[in-house]
Order: sequence, then structure tokens, then C-alpha cells
Amino acid sequence: MTTLDALLPTAEPLGLIDAEGNALGGDLPPDEILLELYRRMVVGRRFDAQATALTKQGRLAVYPSSRGQEACQIGAVLAMREQDWLFPTYRDSVAIVSRAVPPAEVLSLLRGEWHCGYDPHAHRVAPQCTPLATNTLHAVGLAHAARLKGEDTVAVVLLGDGATSEGDTHEALNFAAVWKAPVVFLVQNNGYAISVPLSKQTAAPSLAYKGVGYGMRSMLVDGNDAAMVYTAVKQAIASDGPTLIEALTYRIEAHTNADDATRYRPSDEVQRWLGRDPIARLETYLRARRLLDDAAAERLTAEAEERAAAVREEMNRDVEVDPAELFAHVYATPTPALVAQRKELES
Amino acid sequence: MTEPVSMAGALNAALADALSDDPRVLVFGEDVGALGGVFRITDGLAAKFGDERVFDTPLAESGIVGTAIGMAMNGLVPVVEMQFDAFAYPAFEQITSHLAKLRNRTRGRVGLPVVVRVPYGGGIGGVEHHSDSSEAYYTHTPGLRVVTPGTPADAYRLLRQAIACPDPVIFLEPKRRYWAKETAVLSADGPAIDRAVVRRTGNDVTLIAYGGTVATALEAAEAAVEEDWDVEVVDLRSLSPFDDETVTASVRRTGRVVVVHEASRFTGYGAEVVARLQEQCFHYLQAPILRVAGLDIPYPPPKLEQHHLPTVDRILDAVARLQWDDNA
Repeated sequence: MTTLDALLPTAEPLGLIDAEGNALGGDLPPDEILLELYRRMVVGRRFDAQATALTKQGRLAVYPSSRGQEACQIGAVLAMREQDWLFPTYRDSVAIVSRAVPPAEVLSLLRGEWHCGYDPHAHRVAPQCTPLATNTLHAVGLAHAARLKGEDTVAVVLLGDGATSEGDTHEALNFAAVWKAPVVFLVQNNGYAISVPLSKQTAAPSLAYKGVGYGMRSMLVDGNDAAMVYTAVKQAIASDGPTLIEALTYRIEAHTNADDATRYRPSDEVQRWLGRDPIARLETYLRARRLLDDAAAERLTAEAEERAAAVREEMNRDVEVDPAELFAHVYATPTPALVAQRKELES
Repeated sequence: MTEPVSMAGALNAALADALSDDPRVLVFGEDVGALGGVFRITDGLAAKFGDERVFDTPLAESGIVGTAIGMAMNGLVPVVEMQFDAFAYPAFEQITSHLAKLRNRTRGRVGLPVVVRVPYGGGIGGVEHHSDSSEAYYTHTPGLRVVTPGTPADAYRLLRQAIACPDPVIFLEPKRRYWAKETAVLSADGPAIDRAVVRRTGNDVTLIAYGGTVATALEAAEAAVEEDWDVEVVDLRSLSPFDDETVTASVRRTGRVVVVHEASRFTGYGAEVVARLQEQCFHYLQAPILRVAGLDIPYPPPKLEQHHLPTVDRILDAVARLQWDDNA
């Protein structure tokens, strides 16, 4: 029998490196992992800035930035094994790029070229989910199927604080717990669902408590501490059954480039969270340990610039779209009515 | 030797044979395990195939369809049961936004061979929320196939075809026909999943029916003999896609049409049938196409449902109104 104590999250968020870059005494991941977390976060933030810039040039219809949430995006992906599946939302482009999906394919949705531009099976990344929380159930189904087939595959599903109010989240937590499905629910609690603050979303002391009611082990972690997120997700992947992780973080930018965050949140709150930046704290730690010096940091900045330039160049090329494709994938074989409509459109 | 088989028995046999033939097939939903389903369609399957392949889920329809999607993404072929028509509504978002669209969203890379079985329609004296004809909600969603059998043999065939189909299929079971029997050899061969069939040939009028109204239409066709009307009955089987070829061939021959369904008339499935036929067969029509449908009311309580459901008399009344005199 599972005891309640084994399921409960800690009262305070777990952390390994604090906002000032000090190690808090827990077991840190190996140095090469810390360096890789840092590298990917720097590259990811530059990609994110590039994507926002592309909206201003009209190359992307819209872009929901994840600036400030890099520790969650990168920590989760780096903890995943090749055979695991990622179920991302629209705000998780940085995580998907970090999972080695070509950036242009990730941005296909926001470029308006097609809905999902990458091959989910090739990368083990589900399409980005736009209706909130529906992907939690897909993750549970995929993970349960893996178990039935005897495969060692874990599904990591990303969701936000707002999505925890959706019914599907609760059905997914319940199904996963009953089936003991290998799923990691990583709730990136960034404080706002577009404009609605957490206080209007829930009365629970922590979103992590939502797992406990379903009999699921739940954790509360500092979501701006990449080492902590990495460690928590890695432990959850290695454990039996599902885990819910609430990671406390903050969305530095507005909901999307089309949103005005000054209408619903004070700037001093943003300033406070800038002081808890996930990249700066890890950099401070790495420099103090002499794992990172100016030369290495410059090399990394150059790499991030180079990658951003490649994204910019690719997205500045006009993309060919084919109206005939509208009919090609609705069914495995187009129906006679769709063939007729295609011919009508072509004539 | 062939024994008379009910539609419930034929559906049970189809599930059992699909589970035997394909290890990827799973059957799950509410009460489908030990109980065998509230209509006993899954009777004995859990005992025969084990609780990893036939199992009860928590009571949550969105969860059932949503997890079926994930399982299909991972190579399995889920056949899920919604306990009743109106109890499938919590799964509507998963069905319309994900099940129907994932193949298209992913440029054909992720198909979802999922079958959602839904006992639908009235005529069983069910209390509220147990008798909806919900087909138009699904047929209005591109990416779904929507089929409904009218006979036991076709129930077996269509369900085997649905399970073998690479597209998601909403499989609507006319629950008031579950216990009607037919002597037939059960086989998946025969008309394909997307074809209508002519159940009775005739030269004067085409009755277009599906699911629960096929038997009613056939009964009306027999009764019409007394009035000297030679009535053809087309069983649509596939509501989406629509088999224009079979239906228009019949209509062009008879020139008169009545569409029969239990669902409410207003923006019901029959509206699409009528629109398609006047677009394609206008010069063959001898009279406006009529609809015999449910009333435009929420499904009535059991003691009043006979006023809502299409009856032989209502069908014959409609046939009588097909402007026979104008043509004399």
C-alpha cells in the first residue's frame, strides 16, 4: 500500500542551486550535465528571441515565448532517454528544438505552413498541443500501450498551471495512477494562464497536491533551477508508475507577441523574477566552480548566434504550400468527394 | 449450419474474431470487462482474452477516447465503448479535435485506427440521456468515418471492417435492433465500409434509411405493396463518407425519395442527403424529397417516444405526398 507520506510533495520547493548560484547541498548532476544544461538553455533562449523577432517581421503568425522557463524546457528534455516520448504544448518550442527536431519543422505551425511540421515518430515528440490538457490523456495512452507491449518507454507531458483546471488533466492523472502508467506530468507553473493569475486558478496550496488525490507521487520543485528539474524528471522516469512535478517558474514575456502583459501584472513582479533567472544562476555556479570561463561562454554565445542566424535565414525563405495537400491527409485514402473537391479547386 | 443471430451476438462475434486475429486490438470502456457491457456486447471477452486486452476503465469518457488516441499512436488498435449516445459527449473534444484530425495535422504521419462504439437512438424505453441520435455531430467532422449497421450480418461485417480501417471510425449501434435476429453467415466480406446497399428493390420510390430505421423502412415497403407502390429501400451503412454512387443510381431510377431517420429533422443528417440528391439528380426527381424524422424536441420520455420515432404510418403518409397525381 502506498502511504500518504510517500505521495506528498514537500512544503517548500526542492532545489539544488539557489537564485544566487549557490549549491544548496543536495546531490547535483555530474558536471558535464550541468554544462550541457547551461549550453542548451543559452541556445534555447536565443532561439526563443529569434522566433519572437520573426513575428515582428511577419515571418511567423504568432509566437508564445518561453523566456524564463528554460530550466523546465531543457531540464526535462535532457533527462529523457531516446525511447521516451515528449508531449509538448504550444509554449514548448524550445524543448522540442532541444529534442533535436529541426527548428523550421517546429515553427511550421506558427509560420502557418502546416499544423505539425515534424514527424512525431521520428523524434518521439507528439504534435504541439493547442487545446489545453488534451495531450495529458494521449501521454497516458501511449505510456500504457508501451507497458502492455513490454517496452521501456516513459511519456513526459508538459502542461501549465491553467491546464490543471481542465477536466482532461484530472482524467489523465486518474487513469495514469490506476493503470500505473509510466508518465511524468511536468506542470510548468509560470503564474499566469494568459492574464489569469494562479490565485484565480486554484485554491490548492500547491498544484502538486492535485496528484496526491489520485494516489500519485507528487513533487514541488524550483522550476528555475535546471539541475533540480533535470534531477526530478530523471528520478520520475526511473521510478515505477506516474509522477506529477510542479515546477515553479515565470513567463517573462507576455502570453504571445500579440498580448500586452502590462494590463494584468505589475512590472516589479517581472523584475523580481528576472532576479531568479535560470541561466544566470547556473552560470554563476559554473564560473565559481571554474567549469566555465569567458572563452567558453563566448564560444557558446557564438554557437547560439550561429543557430539563430540559420533559423532566421530559413524562415526568411518563402515556403511553398500546395492546395492539393489540403485533401491528402484527411483520410488514409481520399474519399471520392474529396477528390472531386480537389479537382474543383484546381480547375 | 447457420443459427439465427442477433445484432448483439454478431457484434460480440466480430469483437472476438478481431481480438483473435490481431494482437494489436484492445477493447475497453465502462463495464465492458466482467459484466460484458450493459448491453452484453463484450460478454465473455475479458475471460477469453484476459484483462490486458479487454478491460474496464475509470468512468470518464474523455479519458477513454484520449487514452485510446495515445495507444493508437503507439501501434495498438483500440476499440472503445461509450456506454450510451449522450454519455459520449464528454469525449467530444478528444473526438473532434484530436481523433479526427491527427492524421491531417501530421501530414499523414500519424494515423489513428481507433473505433468508438456508441449504442445510439431510442425505442428501448430509456430514461433521458439514453436515446440520442447523435450522428450529425460526428458526420460534420472531417476525418471521421461514421457507420451504422441495420442488420445483424452487417453489424458483424461493418465492425470487422471498422477495426481493420486505418481511419478513426464512429461506430453507431442502433440499440433497439440489438435483439432482432437474422439467419446469416457472419463474414467480413461483402460491401465495403464506405458503400450503401439496396436492401429491397423497387421501381416507384426510394426510401433512404440507416441504423434503426432500416427495419422500419423495410416494413413500410412491404405495407406499401397494398397501395401498389413498388418501394426500394437503401441502407446507407456509411453516413460519412456518403455513397453518392449507389444512392443516386437508385434515385435516378425511381424519381421519388423519402429520407427516414430518428434524429431531429432540423439540420439533421437528412438535410445533407436531400441537398446532395437535388444537386445531383434534379432532373430525375418527380417530386420534392421528403423527410420523415424525429420531432425538433429533446428526446421524449418513454411514454411519449412513439410520437417522436418514425413509424410505418408516417413513412407511408410521406410516400403518399410524393405528388403522384401530378404525374398522371
